[in-house]
Amino acid sequence: MSAAPRRLANDFDTTAARERCYRLRRRILDVSQHVSALHVAPAFSCMEIVDCIYHGLMRKDESGAYLDTFLMSKGHGCMTQYAILESHGTLPRSALDEYCTKDGLLGAHPDYGTPGIAASTGSLGHGLGMAVGMAVAERNAAKAKGRPVPTIYTVLSDGEVQEGSTWEAVMMASTLGVDNLVAVVDNNDFQSLGRTSETHPSFYPLVEKFQAFGWETVEVNGHDAGAVFRAVTARKGAGKPFMTVAKTVKGRGVKYMESVPIWHYRAPNPAEYKQALEILEKVQS
Amino acid sequence: MRNKFAEALYRLSRSDPRIHIVVADISPAGPMNEFRKEFPERFINVGVAEQSMIGICAGLALKGMLPFAYTIATFALYRPFEMVRDDLCYQNLPVTVVGIGGGVIYSTLGGTHYAQEDITIAGAIPNMSILAPCDPAEATAATEYLVGADRKGPCYLRFGKAGEPDITKDAIEPFRFGKLRYLRRGRDVAILSYGVTMGLAVKAAAALADKGKSVSVIGCPTVKPLDREGVIEVLRSHPRVVVAEENAPRGGLASEVKSVAWDIQARCALQTITLKDEFVHCYGSHEDLLAAHGLSVPAIVAAAGG
Repeated sequence: MSAAPRRLANDFDTTAARERCYRLRRRILDVSQHVSALHVAPAFSCMEIVDCIYHGLMRKDESGAYLDTFLMSKGHGCMTQYAILESHGTLPRSALDEYCTKDGLLGAHPDYGTPGIAASTGSLGHGLGMAVGMAVAERNAAKAKGRPVPTIYTVLSDGEVQEGSTWEAVMMASTLGVDNLVAVVDNNDFQSLGRTSETHPSFYPLVEKFQAFGWETVEVNGHDAGAVFRAVTARKGAGKPFMTVAKTVKGRGVKYMESVPIWHYRAPNPAEYKQALEILEKVQS
Repeated sequence: MRNKFAEALYRLSRSDPRIHIVVADISPAGPMNEFRKEFPERFINVGVAEQSMIGICAGLALKGMLPFAYTIATFALYRPFEMVRDDLCYQNLPVTVVGIGGGVIYSTLGGTHYAQEDITIAGAIPNMSILAPCDPAEATAATEYLVGADRKGPCYLRFGKAGEPDITKDAIEPFRFGKLRYLRRGRDVAILSYGVTMGLAVKAAAALADKGKSVSVIGCPTVKPLDREGVIEVLRSHPRVVVAEENAPRGGLASEVKSVAWDIQARCALQTITLKDEFVHCYGSHEDLLAAHGLSVPAIVAAAGG
């Protein structure tokens, strides 16, 4: 069982991350003009987190293939992942151009079998259980072959942390001591019927809950990719799974979308799209 | 049956590191305990947390393992249904969901423990196959299939409990996945069944033979995918066919055979005996419960024209 690979905090170029995230947000806005609806705000919420996982945290082998796995548990955030996979050439440009169309490859939630997609998600509360199983499988296989243990990265919505199944998996992950599991909660404090802190105040505190369930846990600003990187790379491992409670803003990057529930699933109209491009931020933190 | 399954799995595990067993707080009897001792890293007890049992199995399979989820049928299939559907079946992963006490075999535990529609529910999901062996030897054969190279995708493995008698010892055909299995072949009437209820079919056949009938006893251990060609052959080669099934009246073998019979405009007499579309509110022996819903040796004999 090997702990996480150590990286220096300056391994991750946050300026480059900021430029990448700007381009990825821009690409998602472009795709939004082909369809009547897509999950723009959930994608923008987890943008810096997923970018950091792919471009800072996940290790590659000599051939360039990822050794580690990313599982998007909050399936409705998959536009972020699709845009990244497109930028890597894992998905062809046509895949996003034909998003949600009759002959297209991609729908609004990720499907196992699509290049770069580790598991089918979309129904909330499934990802963490699968991630725990993956972490055990990787640990057992690596031990048998005498290889370093690959890490499973997963991003959960805060909404799905309300699912009982998530807490079953939380309990099992620490019981099994999978320190090759790194989870991030995209804690934008929004769900369909309002602010979670108002609708379900006892949902908080989160950090202490995960700690009480045996996870090493930190809270970070989820729009500061460098902070996410530093938090994950500084983890102790040592037999505990790692949870990052990432404080985020739903729709971050386009001011009029931020923390406004309608943008969970509405595509901007042409005028709104034009305005979005004008005000789209290079998110710093 | 349960013990033979565990014995076969333990034996196969020694040469196949893909095999993982994930249980939900169920006592690992006999050989499964050996597995647990010898391969602690491949034995996971999730506790009373069946959703994570299925999710973890899916994750294991996504990374190349061959997991078996193991608990009482109602909790293996009903509690984590959406995980079974999405994580296992939608992704078409080679995970076996082992439901022990399938049907109403836990006959004193009450309605919460009677899996009287497990076949219907498992069978409704695309990609899911269903195996329901009838005795310890067939359980061994089914387990060997599930670990073998031909196995694809998720499977619901419906078991009774321990202590079932051997009824396939003199079978004229071996177990083959996806095929009906004749235990004996006759001319006058065919009795088709699977799982523990095969015991009733065998007894009914003996009673019918005493009355001078020539009886086929046919097992259908692969409930899904159904051996449609085999069923057509049964319907065409017997003037009378009886299906005895410990499952709800819809969505199981009985209704499937009826639909095949309609499709081919079968001329035989066809009677099906299943559990009723009613919850079971009584207790007693397994046979008591089946009889309360009309499934008994005399009922099969009567349906067979004896």
